[in-house]
Amino acid sequence: MSDIILTQEQIKRYARQLIMPEIGGKGQVKLLKSKAIVVGAGGLGSAAIQYLAGAGVGKIGIVDGDSVDITNLQRQTIHAGNLGMNKAESAAKFVKTLNPDVEVEVYPENVNVNNVRDIIREYDVVVDCTDNFPSRFLLNDACVMEKIPLVHSAVLRFIGEIMTIVPDSACYRCVFPEAPPPGSVPSCQEAGIAGVATGIFGVMQATEAIKLILGLEILENKMLYADLLTMEFDLIDIRKDRNCPVCSGKVKDLQEESYVETCRIE
Amino acid sequence: MLRHAELNDSNDRIEVLDLRDENCPFTFIKTKLKLEEMKKGEELKVIFSDEVTARDVAKSLTSEGHEVLEVLEIHGAQLKGIDGWMLRVRCGR
Ligand SMILES: [Zn+2]
Repeated sequence: MSDIILTQEQIKRYARQLIMPEIGGKGQVKLLKSKAIVVGAGGLGSAAIQYLAGAGVGKIGIVDGDSVDITNLQRQTIHAGNLGMNKAESAAKFVKTLNPDVEVEVYPENVNVNNVRDIIREYDVVVDCTDNFPSRFLLNDACVMEKIPLVHSAVLRFIGEIMTIVPDSACYRCVFPEAPPPGSVPSCQEAGIAGVATGIFGVMQATEAIKLILGLEILENKMLYADLLTMEFDLIDIRKDRNCPVCSGKVKDLQEESYVETCRIE
Repeated sequence: MLRHAELNDSNDRIEVLDLRDENCPFTFIKTKLKLEEMKKGEELKVIFSDEVTARDVAKSLTSEGHEVLEVLEIHGAQLKGIDGWMLRVRCGR
C-alpha cells in the first residue's frame, strides 16, 4: 500500500471516511502524507482549518499576523477563549487538541512579496483565506509561479465565491485582471459579513483541498458563486486568458508595485 | 483468540482475517483495508461472529467492486477450531 500503516487508533478516528470508496485506506494515507497551508486564520480560515485537521491532513501551515479581537468571534469560532492571542497560534492550539496526527507550522506574520514564495514552497496546496485584494493577487501569482494548487474564496455579506487554481488552469487573474479601484467596493467593515457565509465557504475550501489531495474532481476552470439569502448557487465556467500576464508565464517574479491599489500588472 | 498468522491456511495460501471480535463499521473497514493491500484477483477469507455481519460486509464489498465468492457458516473442525461465519472474497481492484 505505502510506507504508512494506519494504527488502530487511526482506524477508529477516520472510520467514517475510511468506509467511503473515494477515501479508504489509500486516500487516508495520502491525506496523512499531505501538507496544506492556510493563509489567513479569520472567518474562512477558521472553518477551513478545523476540517482539514479533522480529516487528518498531515501538516497544516497557518499564516496570520493579527491577534484575536472580540469582533472576530462572531465568525472566527476557532479562536474561542483566545482573545489577544496571535491568530495562527490560536488556531494551532485548536488543531493540536482536535487531532494529534496533524503537525502544525505557525507563521505569525502576513504574506508579502518577500516572504510568500518561501512560505508556500513546501506545501501541496495553498488555501487563500485572506480578506483583501492585494493578498489574493499575491497568493495567486506566487502559486502560479511555484506551480502549487490554490483554493481561492472570498465572501461579503451573504455572498461568496470559490474557485480552485491548478497549474495550467485559469488563474484568479484570468477572471479578475485587477482589483476594483479603492473606494468602489465596500470593505468588510462597511458592508458586514455573515458568520455563516465564512463558515460555508471556508468548509468548501477545505473540501476542495481534500479532494485535490485525493485526486478527485475539483472546481478547476469553474467558479462557484452563491447567494446564501436566496440560496442560489451558480457554477460558472471560466476560461484561461491567453494574455494573462501571470499564468502565461510572462511575469516570472513578484514585484512590489503589482500589489498596491488595483494590483494590475502592466 | 487466535492471531491471524496462526489462522492462515498453509495448504491453499489464502489469507484468513479473524474479525469475530470487531463491531460495525470496523468489520467492513478492516476487511476493506486488508483488500487494499492485496492485488486484484487475490482471495481472502474473513471470519465474522454472525451471519448478519458477514452478509452486511459482503454487500458493502460488492458495492466497492470486489467479488464475493461465498458466505457460509463454519465449525471448529473445518478451520483450526474456529466457529463463525466465513466470507470468501476475491479482490476486485
Ligand atoms: Zn491567469
